[in-house]
Amino acid sequence: MQFEPRILSFLCNWCCYAAADSAGVARFSYPPNNRVIRIMCTGRMDPQFVVEAFYVRADGVFVGG
Amino acid sequence: MVEAGRSPNIEILTLAEVESLSGKPGKFKAKVKIRPRYIDPDKCTACGQCMQYCPREAVDEYNERLDFTRAARIDFPQAVPTAYYIDEDRCLQLNHETCMICTNVCGPKAIDFNQEPEIRELEVGAVVLCPGFGNVPEEALTKYGYGIYPDVMTSLEIERLMCVSGPTEGEIIRPSDFSHPRKIAFLQCVGSRDVSCGRPFCSSVCCMYAMKEASMLKEHAPEAEIALFFMDVRTQGKGFDAAFERAVDKYGFRVIKARVPKVEQVDGRLALNYVTEEGTVHRELFDLVVLSVGLSAPEGAEELAKKFGIELNPFGFAKTEVKDPLTAKSGIYVAGAFHGPKDIPESVMQASGAAAKVSELLAEARGQDMVEKEFPPEDQELLEMPVRVGVFVCHCGVNIAGVVDVEAVRDYAKSLPGVVYAENVLYSCAQDSLEKLKEKIKEHKLNRLVIAACSPRTHEPLFQETLREAGLNLALVEMANIRDQCSWVHADDPEKATQKAKDQVRMAVAKARRLKPLELQKVKVTPSALVIGGGAAGMAAALSIADQGYEVHLVEKEAELGGHLRRVKFLAEGENPQKILKDLITRVEKHENIRVYKSASVENISGYVGNFTSTIKVKEGSKVINHGVVVVATGAKEHKPSGYLYGKNRKILTQLELEEKLSRGKRGLGKTRRVVMIQCAGSRGEELPHCSKLCCQQAVKNALRIKELSPETEVFIFYRDMRTYGFYEELYRKARNQGVIFLRYEPTQRPEVLKKGRGIVVRGYDALLGEEIEIPADLVVLSVGVAPDKENPIAQILKTPMTDEGFLMEAHVKLRPVEVAVDGVYICGLAHGPKPLEETLAQAKAAAGKAVIPLAKGFVEVPPIVSRVEEKKCIGCGICASLCPYNAIEMVKKEKRRKAQVIAAACKGCGVCGSHCPVFAITLGGFTDEAILEQIQAFGLPEAEESKEAELEKEAA
Repeated sequence: MQFEPRILSFLCNWCCYAAADSAGVARFSYPPNNRVIRIMCTGRMDPQFVVEAFYVRADGVFVGG
Repeated sequence: MVEAGRSPNIEILTLAEVESLSGKPGKFKAKVKIRPRYIDPDKCTACGQCMQYCPREAVDEYNERLDFTRAARIDFPQAVPTAYYIDEDRCLQLNHETCMICTNVCGPKAIDFNQEPEIRELEVGAVVLCPGFGNVPEEALTKYGYGIYPDVMTSLEIERLMCVSGPTEGEIIRPSDFSHPRKIAFLQCVGSRDVSCGRPFCSSVCCMYAMKEASMLKEHAPEAEIALFFMDVRTQGKGFDAAFERAVDKYGFRVIKARVPKVEQVDGRLALNYVTEEGTVHRELFDLVVLSVGLSAPEGAEELAKKFGIELNPFGFAKTEVKDPLTAKSGIYVAGAFHGPKDIPESVMQASGAAAKVSELLAEARGQDMVEKEFPPEDQELLEMPVRVGVFVCHCGVNIAGVVDVEAVRDYAKSLPGVVYAENVLYSCAQDSLEKLKEKIKEHKLNRLVIAACSPRTHEPLFQETLREAGLNLALVEMANIRDQCSWVHADDPEKATQKAKDQVRMAVAKARRLKPLELQKVKVTPSALVIGGGAAGMAAALSIADQGYEVHLVEKEAELGGHLRRVKFLAEGENPQKILKDLITRVEKHENIRVYKSASVENISGYVGNFTSTIKVKEGSKVINHGVVVVATGAKEHKPSGYLYGKNRKILTQLELEEKLSRGKRGLGKTRRVVMIQCAGSRGEELPHCSKLCCQQAVKNALRIKELSPETEVFIFYRDMRTYGFYEELYRKARNQGVIFLRYEPTQRPEVLKKGRGIVVRGYDALLGEEIEIPADLVVLSVGVAPDKENPIAQILKTPMTDEGFLMEAHVKLRPVEVAVDGVYICGLAHGPKPLEETLAQAKAAAGKAVIPLAKGFVEVPPIVSRVEEKKCIGCGICASLCPYNAIEMVKKEKRRKAQVIAAACKGCGVCGSHCPVFAITLGGFTDEAILEQIQAFGLPEAEESKEAELEKEAA
């Protein structure tokens, strides 16, 4: 079976989350492997979020801001 | 756009035109004709079914006729109102009474072919005209082969072509053979600076946008070679020069100073013949030629002028005076490109300025007819109940349901802990669905909501409002984005999309369980303003705020008001600056709402938007004042160059010093036979990095004045690029016609001023002759530029960021040109950047307009997503206060211990403090650690369960 990574994305409300919305509006297509958590700024990122994500078996963490 | 669309006090009438205007300022009656849209925007959910099924093609005007669209359409997804419309000219039903397909497929039954044109009479106090700009005349394009050779395109077409939602989804292809162009030429000044097509003025924005487009083309196609043909590079805006040079460096553009006379087609390519400054003739082939089209007066400007009784300038733009660049006529104001070609920041400044003018005129009536929404008190009983989550899974027509198995998601939601109710909704944002949502909240006693639909960025405020209407706190809703970030991007994989939707819903429910009510805080505002700087900008801002009915404290460091304007003796526009100045001073000194502090300085400013306290040092000691907002108009200085023998010889002057001489008439000139002016004596990379924007027009203005006083005096102007943008171009043309000699120099060959015997000579390089020349001069005039106050104490007190050059930095270069990162602080005039008087006055009004917003509201509303410090846990280390980018955390003494305290009115909710607090004492409203961690754990859940199951299986085996 092909490796299907599960990626947890933390997206900044003002830029990356907005960009992800725009990708939808433009009907782009990308692999459905990520799950999104919206934060108000990547300044909000706490190291424990990343640790926790890996702890619950995320294969990757994406921080977009 | 969205903000304007959401405001309850702005009614947007689209497809509408003013038929006539009667009455007087403060009491106008406007007759407005509204053409039918044939789709009820209140019902339309912008699902796009009508367009998808519409059989009738139409040329896509929005995409510059490069594509086809349908008769039923929306021009672009972000349009406001976000509703489709039907093209009267193309629709089969409207033209041939047959079809009605859209009516049948429209879920919310929004289509109504019975709509008729409607005439509405509106009672208004003032009018702001902003019809924008129009197209250049056809002949300006055809002479470059546009319409004859397919690969000659306009810059607007390129703009659409580069857009990812454009006709080629962002792929750059040339129309003749659909190949990727490898060699591209940009021709500037198409329909600008061109007397032959009636457009002698400069369009001000094309140099910059050509650079932007060229850069984007390079991003799309890195292998493309791009050449830009300029007459002058006019990137005079704030920060533009630096951006232009960066782009040329980064992308390796060829910048050619030549005007290409025409374009020919040779073997499927386009040939350009041109002559460079040295007089050499070149012929070069390109794959694509882009015409940088200029800005003309809007179509129908004359008719508009007639309807509103306003005057136009010779080129069809609205006519105003320098002293009041926003007023076309009493009660009728103008903003944007209708006033003359201008870039976004200047347009936005004008718009805010026009709003300030309206507010001055209508100050007495402020607040009348204002709509404020009221909400029922929050249901405490419901809140105190254990968590009861309701999940609403939206179909969004077929937008979500067409991909995601929404029923499966709903059933899955029901199984999640805490969820007591889940249902599907066809369109969750439709008005009737929102009503039902409120009923369900009551019926099922829901106290947390999850809406699985579109993006919270667009729709969360709507659901928050609905919650408030239902008596729930607005913070108790969480959205799962299963459209924009799921069904729309995973349309090819419904199964995985459904899985993703389930996961997002599970994560949202997990977070929702942890949501706590948040208080919408309101902070009272002291209704007065502090204006720092008594120059033209400061005075104009102070007057506007005072005219709008608020107290103003105006602080000037000198003994008299006026600033630099005191030294300006003539204006390029012909008006008398000293009269403008005198009027300003008289009005300021007489105004009952303005307190003027001369020979005074601001010592300290503390507080935050709405509640500042400042100490002003005056002769008699210091004075403490309270105010709600601050306008910084601290100006700039005349640059004093270190070279050019300036200050070492009395024949060498600055432009302002020359103006002083010229103001004495012919006497002032004496026996001056020859004047040599040197542009950019300091600016653009010599001692000042920036372009000072106003020196070119100043030089031309003074040169013309010399010619007027003494026609036989010769005037030479050494320049790099003549930046007489907009209508100042007329002066430049006039100067050339009157025999002023312009000599271009390269930055590597700056002219030198030398002493020779008893006289002075200017040595420079003449490109046309290809050799060095020496011009003996009776007077050398240096265009020295505008130097910012790098140690601006006010900026330091307020902690407002500055640009590298030392000007105050605006909150957003384009969209918020008079605000800064710190709330409640506004900027205008030279402290923001070099600009001529007219723009300074417009910006001052803009700053006043923005500054009055919190004053007029009387309170500042703080969004609930702000950080909170748990005092018990706080150890007073101060890390948060030092990191906060908005100065929103202060350290205070509480019971002899240092504690951090959040100034809610200044907090933006970014969360930097929370993530750095070593003792977890800071929580972020709506984004608490617990909520986010819960969300993360929910992300991992199925995986964990699966592995647990696997382990169990293993054990069983």
